[in-house]
Amino acid sequence: MDEKLYKEIVSEENLVYTKTSLLTDKVLSYCPGCGHGTAHRILMEVIDEMGLQKDTIGIAPVGCSVLAYEFMNVDMQQAAHGRAPALATGIKRTWPNKFVFTYQGDGDLAAIGTAETIHACNRGENFLIVFINNGIYGMTGGQMAPTTLPGMKTSTSPYGRDTLLMGFPLKMTELVAELPGTYFVTRQAVHTPANVRKTKKAIRMAVENQVSKKPGLSFIEIVSNCNSGWKMTPTQANQWMVDNMFPYYPLGDIKVDGNKL
Amino acid sequence: MGELKLMKGNEAIAEAAIRAGVDAYFGYPITPQSEVIEYFMAEKPHERTGMVVLQAESEVAAINMVYGAAASGKKAMTSSSSPGISLKMEGISYMAGAELPGVILNVVRGGPGLGTIQPSQADYFQATKGGGHGDYRLIVLAPSSVQEMADFVKLAFDLSFKYRNPVMILSDGVIGQMMEKVELSAPVPRRTEEELIRECPWATTGKPAGRERNIITSLNLDPAKQEQHNIHLQEKYRQIEASEVRFEKFHCDDAEYLIMAYGSSARISQKSVQIARAKGIKAGLLRPITLFPFPKDEVNKLAGQVKGILNVEMNAGQMVEDIRLAVAGKIPVEHHGRMGGMIPSPEEIVTALEKKLIGG
Ligand SMILES: Cc1ncc(C[n+]2csc(CCOP(=O)(O)OP(=O)(O)O)c2C)c(N)n1
Ligand code: SF4
Repeated sequence: MDEKLYKEIVSEENLVYTKTSLLTDKVLSYCPGCGHGTAHRILMEVIDEMGLQKDTIGIAPVGCSVLAYEFMNVDMQQAAHGRAPALATGIKRTWPNKFVFTYQGDGDLAAIGTAETIHACNRGENFLIVFINNGIYGMTGGQMAPTTLPGMKTSTSPYGRDTLLMGFPLKMTELVAELPGTYFVTRQAVHTPANVRKTKKAIRMAVENQVSKKPGLSFIEIVSNCNSGWKMTPTQANQWMVDNMFPYYPLGDIKVDGNKL
Repeated sequence: MGELKLMKGNEAIAEAAIRAGVDAYFGYPITPQSEVIEYFMAEKPHERTGMVVLQAESEVAAINMVYGAAASGKKAMTSSSSPGISLKMEGISYMAGAELPGVILNVVRGGPGLGTIQPSQADYFQATKGGGHGDYRLIVLAPSSVQEMADFVKLAFDLSFKYRNPVMILSDGVIGQMMEKVELSAPVPRRTEEELIRECPWATTGKPAGRERNIITSLNLDPAKQEQHNIHLQEKYRQIEASEVRFEKFHCDDAEYLIMAYGSSARISQKSVQIARAKGIKAGLLRPITLFPFPKDEVNKLAGQVKGILNVEMNAGQMVEDIRLAVAGKIPVEHHGRMGGMIPSPEEIVTALEKKLIGG
């Protein structure tokens, strides 16, 4: 870009956005175009806006976001693969006045951590689960996830997911919405500014639920892309997500204030 | 003097935990230790001290609840028996890697596999040599009475916070199930949040403006950093070996033959020493209380005094390997063990001593 034009764009009077201090200056380890970065940002913005940094304990288990503690400027625990809801239970039960969240991928939450996830939801633990569903194992190089769509190619379903052999994509969000222990269940996305705003609103509602000790767990699925794992450009990946993921994982609230919609 | 009660080992440890100001217990039922969680649930510790008790969906979840609470500075514990302890190994390794305090009780039963619900000591290797993945050590305490079940809760938490390392109380079905008189110490209140934050500045308790964020992790993607972390852990284990060895001696001063045993085997072996002495055999008993750190210097010293050592364990011979390392070939070291939930009699231990060391 032309240097003059660049300077003009970033000049102070033209700035419409400043980074929240709850994100560190560390360069994100995510692939360009990946939804993880946006999800991190809006989560931290809400915590910042609500003045909750001093009361927040976050948990990032294994997955691409295992290094979330490098980027989120709050107290963080790193969990074994799938175990974040158990850690969160241990924290929230012994620190009931803290704001506790987990940030989990679909392999983490819907495969190896299914038991921990379902039971935390079923006990009505009072914390927030942010569930990044990109339909694949990003960190380990693009293997099939429980959420991988039928026919979708991954490195462990190289001919496409054959549902007769490999089972069906698991809709964890619909599943946990059935449990009386969940209070707020929604599915969102962060690929357009409008969706980012909606997701941020959902996060704010979840945080408010927890702070005001509403009974039960808040569960926010963010349908996201994994352009590297899907072997697409970021734009192609977003379009593919709209065309293929959204029909299977429709966006919108599923349960609000403890009532299924 | 504290309060005297007649209790099972499994109940005594739960009562002692409430009195010691422990913050949380997370468990999953398995014989022969289900009385621990049953006692907690009946006692409503939340009303007594504010202590949290929760039945988890699995041993995997329970140890990870301990991880979460411990990483936020809380005194958290769990208990199980052998098959459940295998499931906890992932979490224990992560706790060791992230340097978290916490107490794990194993009321050992016979294995491998589902094995038997009867008492055993077959988990010595698992407890003292790692069990989970990676180069790590637990501090391992072996109670041999109901009194020690109660007393070791506080000791275990003190050690685990001092070294920021998980501590295992390696008990067995005999100690867990038997009833004995136990003296319970007066209750101490749980730490306040302010006390906890002062004591555990490393804990994730929410980042105030004045300090950097706290991070609890066992991950180091840079191998050079991971090696530094490994070196640091090893130095900690060496320091534990130098400072925390605990053992008890019984008739060792003039002993010509030494029996070594821990836990319920040590209780039985005490009787064996008396029987042997009545027969004119100068026997003594060395009972390690810490299995890691192992009292190797004491064993080596006694190897210069006695003619042989008989290891007695309810397994195929596990601690005997540590004894042989400590003795370094100076004198014969033999093993007498029962397996599968069978318990040795004092007499058969004396016979083993005679056959394997004295007569041989
Ligand atoms: C016990 C265990 N098994 C397997 C792994 C390897 N592993 C790391 S991340 C991962 C999958 C992560 O996928 P997902 O949760 O969907 O997160 P993403 O990377 O896509 O964000 C696996 C299998 C591990 N770290 N631990
Ligand atoms: S591999 Fe996929 S999920 Fe991971 S950072 Fe890259 S795009 Fe994102």
